[in-house]
Order: sequence, then structure tokens, then C-alpha cells
Amino acid sequence: MSILVLAEHNNEILKEATKKAITAASKIASPVHVLVAGMDCANAANDAASTEGVEKVLLAENSHYKNMLSEPISELLIDLMNEYDYLVSAATTNGKNILPRVAAKLDVSQISEIINVVDGKTFQRPIYAGNAIATVESSTDKNVITIRTTAFETAKESKSTAEISSIGIEKNPGLSEFVEEKVSGGERPELTSAGTIVSGGRGMQSGDNFKLLESVADKLGAAVGASRAAVDSGFVPNEYQVGQTGKVVAPELYIAVGISGAIQHLAGMKDSKVIVAINKDEEAPIFEVADYGLVADLFDAVPDLDKELEKIQK
Amino acid sequence: MKILVPVKRVVDYNVKIRVDKETNSVDLNNVKMSINPFDEIAVEEAIRIKEGGKCDEIVVVSLGPEQSKETIRNALAMGADRGIHVKTEHSPEPLLVAKILAKIIEKEAFDLIILGKQSIDDDCNQTGQMLSALLGCSIGTYASKIEIENDSFVVTREIDGGLQTIKLAKPAVLTTDLRLNEPRYASLPNIMKAKQKTIDEVDPASLQIEMQPKVVTKKVEEPPIRIGGGKVDSIEDLVDKLKNVSGVI
Ligand SMILES: Cc1cc2nc3c(=O)[nH]c(=O)nc-3n(C[C@H](O)[C@H](O)[C@H](O)COP(=O)(O)OP(=O)(O)OC[C@H]3O[C@@H](n4cnc5c(N)ncnc54)[C@H](O)[C@@H]3O)c2cc1C
Repeated sequence: MSILVLAEHNNEILKEATKKAITAASKIASPVHVLVAGMDCANAANDAASTEGVEKVLLAENSHYKNMLSEPISELLIDLMNEYDYLVSAATTNGKNILPRVAAKLDVSQISEIINVVDGKTFQRPIYAGNAIATVESSTDKNVITIRTTAFETAKESKSTAEISSIGIEKNPGLSEFVEEKVSGGERPELTSAGTIVSGGRGMQSGDNFKLLESVADKLGAAVGASRAAVDSGFVPNEYQVGQTGKVVAPELYIAVGISGAIQHLAGMKDSKVIVAINKDEEAPIFEVADYGLVADLFDAVPDLDKELEKIQK
Repeated sequence: MKILVPVKRVVDYNVKIRVDKETNSVDLNNVKMSINPFDEIAVEEAIRIKEGGKCDEIVVVSLGPEQSKETIRNALAMGADRGIHVKTEHSPEPLLVAKILAKIIEKEAFDLIILGKQSIDDDCNQTGQMLSALLGCSIGTYASKIEIENDSFVVTREIDGGLQTIKLAKPAVLTTDLRLNEPRYASLPNIMKAKQKTIDEVDPASLQIEMQPKVVTKKVEEPPIRIGGGKVDSIEDLVDKLKNVSGVI
């Protein structure tokens, strides 16, 4: 029962999301192989080879694979899936974009965003914005699965190194072309792997006011997130959105500032270990999930928090 | 150009659903149902393309029980031209939906198919991608901007790191993200007009598709409940608790 994991990487190392998918894959079947596709990504293949649980790495280097466009990558995967029983990826935008295309070509369903492996055919996944957990069972021989990364640990570095095998398959149906990418990146940790997140909502009133949160985030080594309302209002870019239809996060500490706590927002952060809410409305639903709620005006509370953190840093 | 927009009837996004412990399923009795919000964005985008003079006809299609017709009417009232209702007892799994849509497109060609990126009930996020595979055409998921050129679409996509722009050959399947547009409300005259628009019925049996699902739901449970509600009086108190009680800073 072999299993193939589609890797995401920055050419140098695997994304943490992939290392979580590797952990999930190890619970489903073995041996676990990892596909590193891209251009000039041999270092990422080395990283995959030295990840615990990985028995073999397939390296596909080709300009068609450089930007992870769905059409060429899914063709490659369909070809490779002759040899595998399972295809797995983290439920990142790339994973979600590519895997269903492969599943349909294999004439199987995709099981989306699993949070638990019951057995090789039975999985648990959240539905209705996480307000219910479904146990689903597949009846097909081959299976295509995406992983909710918050539910699995990051695979550790291995003492041994797995074999890396370069594959020469070149696939490009020529249906799509990469034009450009606008990625903000920056110094701060990524939302989905950060230990601490400071998020702002409509209550922040402007993009400029997010500086208050950034200052706090810098002191905590935290990522900055947002509600949909804050993104829609143009305060921060789309990649900040936490929630049912944005990013799902589960840091050690999540600080929600000026966020009411709509079902869709809670869906993306309610598995955080400790939740802090700062909101001036004591009836706000965010307080129902918060460990530490502070009913206050954020424009007083956040600068105070910033000062207090500065004090303890000294 | 012809655009097809598949729409799904789902629990309204404002409803907090309940799990019925006796039947191991989500209790949908007397719950408000609406058009899936991402599908509404898809309908709006199609209408804007038509208003921009780049589309001749917008067809909406829905799979599901009789009440799915209301969802189609809703899209017709916004400005779509014609409906197709594929009558099924429940909404089938995404692969089957994609297969049924592919059959419909086999009979009647479309240049562009716009779907919602996910439905807010099963949160699968698959149907558009699967449909593109079955049609062998290009796919642009999570669109926040769509530009139409002669024989291609330039699509800006919301991705984990930011925004990506790609160029796709026609025909294409696109799926919508939240920032693509803000859907309009149907005006009363348009709601009246929509009553006159045609909705064709399709019997799924006539499409010769094996309707057996490949994945079955064994049970549905409530998630573990998070116990919150704790309060602090001041920022000093908060920082003290985070440091000395929770140990997270
Ligand atoms: C299809 C769909 C998908 C969605 N997906 C997501 C998603 O992924 N993520 C998401 O977040 N939302 C999502 N939403 C939107 C969601 O329903 C809410 O509208 C949104 O989360 C609200 O954002 P908010 O809490 O910032 O704004 P609001 O609900 O307007 O809340 C603002 C809060 O700020 C407080 N406030 C205002 N001023 C101050 C002040 N000076 N000091 C302290 N507090 C203050 C207010 O008391 C209020 O509680 C989705 C909706 C739909 C329909």
C-alpha cells in the first residue's frame, strides 16, 4: 500500500505543511514517497529525503513545474499514480487546486481536509465550518486525500537519508501560462506555522491602525492575521484571512482584536491552545471561545499591551 | 460567449447548525436555506461579464431536490437568462456533480464555467477542479479578478502567499473567491421577470451516469466543545496570566 505525498517547497526546504502531510501519510499507509516538483529544487528534495517517515523522494525538475500550475502538475501525478494507492497533500491552496483534478481523472472522490485517520479507508473531516465532524469511508482502491495541517504534527528530521530518484517525465498540456505572482512575504512568520498570531478585524478601522498590532506581533515573534471584514475593507491583503474560507490556524496563542467571532472566523482559529479576545462589546461571540477576554476599547488596550510586553522583555 | 454557472442550495451562512445525535446527521429541519455564497458571487460575475458586452447567454444549473428551483430562480432574478434543474434527492458528492455537469456541457457547449470555490456545507472545494479534469480544459481556482481576452482568460487568484495571475486557454473552468465582486440584490421587477424565464428539467437517469457514491458518511458528530468565557480586568492581568498561568509568552 504505497502512498505519494505532493510536496510544497521554496526550492530550498519543504514547507512545514508538507511535513505535517508526511506525518498524516505515515498513519495511512507505507511506504511513503514524496514528489518534489519544480525547477532548481534539488535542495528541497534533500530536505524531503532527510524527513522522518520518507522512504523515497521523486524529483521532477522542469520549467513546466516551476509555478505549480494545476494542469502540468496534475498530468504528472496522474502518470505517477499508476504505481501508488494513495495521493496526499496538505490542504494548502496548491494542494486544494491540484488534487481534485487528479482524483477526477482517476475516477475517485477526493477526501478533503482530514483531521484524523481511523483506518486506511476511514477518515474524519470537519463539515459546516467545523460545527460537525463527519466520519467518511471510501470504497475505491485508490484514494486522494488532503490534510488539515493543524491536526497533525510536523515530521521530524531523520537520521538516515532516503533515496532521491530523478524522474524525466515532462508534462504540459499547454492550457495555462504563469503571468505573475505578488507575494508579500516579509520578516514575520507564516500564519499557518506561527506559534503566536495577532489578528485584527473590522474594529481596527484602517490598514494604518494594523501598525498597532504589528508592534505587538514583533514583540511576541507573532504572525499577523485578520477577519474577512478586515480584508474586504482593504486594511490588509487576502493572505491574512483566517477562517472557514481562509487559513485554518491553531497556534499556541491567538489574540483576536476587534473581531466579533462569526462562525466563519471561529472555524479557522478555535483549535488554538490559548485564545485572547479584546473587544468593546461584552456580548461579542468571540468571548465564548476566549480563555482570556478583555472588554475594552482596542485603541486603549493594544497600546497598553504593547507597553506591558516591552516591560517584561527588559 | 456562453457562460454556465452551477449553483447549490445550502444552509444559510448565518445558521449555526445542530448535530442530531439520534440520526447521526446534521439537523436540517426548519433551517433557512440559501444559495451558496460563493455561487452567488459566480452568478454576479457572469452578469457583469454580460453587462460588459462579452457574453450572450448565462445559464444556471442546480442539482438537488425540488426546492433547488428556488435557488435557480434566485439567480435568474439577479440576471441569468435560463435555468437547468437536475432533480436528485440529495446533492450528490462532488465527483458525481462534476460528471453530471460534464454531460450537460457535452450537449451544449460553454466557453466559460464559473463555480463557487467551495460550498459552505460540506466544505469540499473540489467540484470545479474535477469538472475541468473531465472536460480536459484549463482551471483557475480562487479567482479575485477575471479579464477576458479573445481566446483566453487572465485570472488573478488568491493563493496562500498572496496573489497569482495566470492566463488560461478557452474554454475554462473558474472558481470564485470572496473578493471577486459583491453580489447585487435582485430588484422586485427582476424577481417578477424571473418567473417567466425557462427552467428545463433533466432526469439524471437520462445522463447514464453510475450514481453510486464512492465515499459514504458513516456518522456525524459534534466537535469537542471549547470552554471559553474567561475574563481579565486589565492588560496587566492579561499579561500576567499569559506568562505565569498559560506560559505562552
Ligand atoms: C461565504 C462566507 C465565507 C466567509 N469566510 C470567512 C472567513 O474565512 N473568515 C472570516 O473571518 N470571516 C468570514 N466570513 C465573514 C463572517 O461572516 C463575518 O462577517 C466576519 O468574520 C466579521 O469580521 P469582523 O469580526 O472583523 O467584523 P464585525 O463582525 O463587524 O466585528 C467587529 C468587532 O469589532 C468590535 N469593535 C469595534 N470597534 C472596537 C474598538 N474600538 N475596540 C474594541 N472592539 C471594537 C465590535 O464590537 C465587533 O465585535 C465569511 C462569510 C461568508 C458569507
